[in-house]
Amino acid sequence: MDEPLNLVLFSGTDDKLQAAAVLTAGAAALGKPVHVFLQYWALDAFRSERIARDHGLAPEAGLEGRAAVDALARAGQAPWSETLRQAKDLGGVDIQACSLSMDLLHLQATDLDPLVDGVEGVTAFFLEAGDGQVVFI
Amino acid sequence: MAVVEVDQLVDARGLSCPMPIVRTAQAVRGLASGAVIELLATDPGSVKDVAAWCKSTGHELLDSSSDGVVYHFVIRRK
Repeated sequence: MDEPLNLVLFSGTDDKLQAAAVLTAGAAALGKPVHVFLQYWALDAFRSERIARDHGLAPEAGLEGRAAVDALARAGQAPWSETLRQAKDLGGVDIQACSLSMDLLHLQATDLDPLVDGVEGVTAFFLEAGDGQVVFI
Repeated sequence: MAVVEVDQLVDARGLSCPMPIVRTAQAVRGLASGAVIELLATDPGSVKDVAAWCKSTGHELLDSSSDGVVYHFVIRRK
């Protein structure tokens, strides 16, 4: 259980970010360290002025998927940013922005939501990942 | 089961996975060893999740029951 869970988040749609947040919170509740590495459109979704916005759903969701996601939200499911905040509250969760993606999106660290702990390169990410699984979402 | 005194109630009814476990993990931090938590949830996944979480973290699952709508758990802190 001590090996970290390493999540590379690439997609910036609300459904994929919610799935990633659920995995993060579940691992954190077990005391498993979690490293989250934010790339491309996932990083874009963590801009402080955009984090609470509607980020859409993956194309495969379709209209039926949209209705299902909305129903879950109406039933009280917390948005992914809140699920991540709860996971971070449990401890052991480190969220890093990919430095290449920061360049790509012309972002400064101050543009990001406080959920993001810092900026690092892929080498640092792999070093911290150790022997733990790497999951790409 | 024998009646045990509950130190803290965690009401996670209406919350979806994994929030019942997250709320329980948060509650455990503020309690002394041996303290008893009562957890209420409506997430059907919580039956297996709570058992797996207790097994992994070392907390003791004293009781697990359901009336078909609400799942009820009693956990003793490690």
